[in-house]
Amino acid sequence: MNSLDSYLFISSMLFCLGLFGVITRRNAIAVLMGVELILNAANINFVAFSKFNGMNLDGHIFALLVIVLAAAEAAVALAIIINIYNNMNTVNIDDVSELKR
Amino acid sequence: MIENPMILFPLLILFLPLLSFIIVIFFGNKLPRQGDWVAVGSIVTTFLLACYLFLQMFLNYDPDFSHGASFSWINLGEFKINLGILVDNLTIVMLLIVTLVSSCTHIFSLAYMKGDIRYNRYFAYLGLFTFSMNGIVLADNLISMYMSWELVGVSSYLLIGHWFEKDSAANASKKAFLTNRVGDIGFFIGIMLLYSAVGAFAFNPIFESIAGGQAIAGTTLTIAGLGIFMGAVGKSSQFPLHIWLPDAMEGPTPVSALMHAATMVAAGVYMCVRLFPIFTPSALIVIAYIGAITAILAALIAVSQNDIKKVLAYSTVSQLGFMILAVGTGVYTAAFFHLLTHAMFKANLFYCSGSVIHSMHHALHKAHDHDTDPQDMRNMGGFKDKMPITYFSMLVSTLAIAGVPLFSGFLSKDAILAGTLSFAQHHPEHFLLPFFGFLAAALTAFYMFRLIFMTFHGNPNIKSIVKNIHESPKEMTSPIVLLGSLSFFIFYTLPHNFNPMKDKGWFTDLIVPRNSAVPGSLTANEIAEYAHHAHYLAMGLSLIVASIGILLAYLMYQKKVISAKNISEKFGFFYDWSLNKFYFDENYNRYLYQPFLRLAHTISWLDWEFYDKYFINGFGKLTKLLSTVSGKFDYSGIDQGFVDGFGRASNTVGKLLRNVQTGRLQNYLLFVVAGILVIIIAQAF
Repeated sequence: MNSLDSYLFISSMLFCLGLFGVITRRNAIAVLMGVELILNAANINFVAFSKFNGMNLDGHIFALLVIVLAAAEAAVALAIIINIYNNMNTVNIDDVSELKR
Repeated sequence: MIENPMILFPLLILFLPLLSFIIVIFFGNKLPRQGDWVAVGSIVTTFLLACYLFLQMFLNYDPDFSHGASFSWINLGEFKINLGILVDNLTIVMLLIVTLVSSCTHIFSLAYMKGDIRYNRYFAYLGLFTFSMNGIVLADNLISMYMSWELVGVSSYLLIGHWFEKDSAANASKKAFLTNRVGDIGFFIGIMLLYSAVGAFAFNPIFESIAGGQAIAGTTLTIAGLGIFMGAVGKSSQFPLHIWLPDAMEGPTPVSALMHAATMVAAGVYMCVRLFPIFTPSALIVIAYIGAITAILAALIAVSQNDIKKVLAYSTVSQLGFMILAVGTGVYTAAFFHLLTHAMFKANLFYCSGSVIHSMHHALHKAHDHDTDPQDMRNMGGFKDKMPITYFSMLVSTLAIAGVPLFSGFLSKDAILAGTLSFAQHHPEHFLLPFFGFLAAALTAFYMFRLIFMTFHGNPNIKSIVKNIHESPKEMTSPIVLLGSLSFFIFYTLPHNFNPMKDKGWFTDLIVPRNSAVPGSLTANEIAEYAHHAHYLAMGLSLIVASIGILLAYLMYQKKVISAKNISEKFGFFYDWSLNKFYFDENYNRYLYQPFLRLAHTISWLDWEFYDKYFINGFGKLTKLLSTVSGKFDYSGIDQGFVDGFGRASNTVGKLLRNVQTGRLQNYLLFVVAGILVIIIAQAF
């Protein structure tokens, strides 16, 4: 477990899983979870590059910032989802196609 | 501002009558006395200005005086027209004639035209007429001369047709205008010929260029000169275009005086005098013959006329013939001298005849006689004691026109005849010119005294009229007295000469002949020298012929020793010809107007029946057909197929593309991922 490749492999797997979740899930909360996975894949990349390329703690600080950003994003997204539920009584994003009209 | 009075005053003389025309024609009705005081005031002002110029000329006494000013009117690179005025002694004398006769006409008309229905219009047109004539006199180039030339034509048309309710007046005005057009075409051709060769319209460059002999010479110059002379033939009423002048008597009599003395017919002679240097010897021969024929022909016609104004009209034509004859034989200053003296006595003769006709009208009106012709001399006779002022003034002018010593006409006619005689002495083959000249002079004396005897002497032919004949009012007699006294020789020979037999004086000193610009012509000095040699012979001959003419008239119409009737019966054929004016009008009608009218009818038939019906209407039909077809094509082809097709096509494509836009976010995301994958794979290669 000492090579960069294995970290990048894990993070790309995580990214693909997240992307898959975002594309295929109908439930808005599940989509949000997929987004979290993508963000965390990016975090792993940051940390891995930081560790193997001798960049001190720059990558770690970026990762921490991304986690904070993800928390803020999740708060905003959940607020939107609650509003959608209140207005339309559903969290299924296929039913929320107001843009098309 | 123009400071020089020698330029400013001529300009004022030129434009004041135009100003009076504009004021009187537009506002005459609203002004008191219909604005006649505006017209008379402006014309008398121009007369005073002309007097000032004349005095200046007299004080300077400079034969070479010449002054000019011009401005650029049209400037198109190569093509330039400068308009300007040229003031020299010739111009000043002519301006004096025009303004003097015009002033007299205005004053005379105050009484003569009183109560006329178009009183203000009459005075306005007089102003226009004077303006146009001054324009010709002052022109320094052919273009502005031609413009004024045409304006003279228009104003004569308006004035001859003043009483256009009368058919005869309307026809006479049309005849005058159209006959003048014939001459004007020649004038214009002459101008264009000169311009195309010389490249200038102004007189002096043209003279210089002709003198150079390079630009234009020989036959071309002769044709150009004859073309320009054709304008004078029309305007100065020369054979064969003399037919309009006698008919122009239909206008008011003061207009006749103005036209015959100063404005219209004088224009042609003035133009010939002004442009004399351009005429080649061969052109001058033609000019001389035209003048001689006109002089003799008109004199022969005048002998038998009974209408007092017709006699005067033909005498004008005859005297103009004299002037043109003088131009043709080279003594063109004599022509201008005769123009000057003739202007005075002929204007006076017309005023006198106007005065006679005026009182005839009144007398006939009082006698309730509406059938007698007030202009027929056979109805007159014995007016001498009733109208003494008119009689004596007319007698003086008659003596002048007949060429009796002590009177102005003697000097000028003598100068012309001397020039003609010397011309024939040097060119014996042209012996007819002086023969015609002296014969016409004899006839002039005869028919003018016939007029005097028939009108003023003898027993009244209609007694009821004579008791009502009376002298005319002051407005009419004052011009008569003024112009009558100007028929004495003394006014033309001062200040150096008191000999009534010699024409030496201010005129011959100040108006000196110029050399012809045509190379190879006789110089002015040679011509003057030759004429001087013929002087005494010409004087003797002209005295003889004048006394023969007067004696014959005295015997026939005063003493009645010789019966005019017998003679006319004996020479019935000639008498008929003369009485009917050599059938000019009839022959023109038969051989010119009628064929022309028939041609016009044929052409109009072709135009109307054939061209319009088939060609023009055919075009219409064809256009209609074409437009129907193109309309159909436009609607169903372009509109329906092409324009609408574009709409339909974009509609269909839009509908197809619409299916991609599902509105599902995840679909879009899928496209994005797929797109990125494609890019990555593409980059890998």
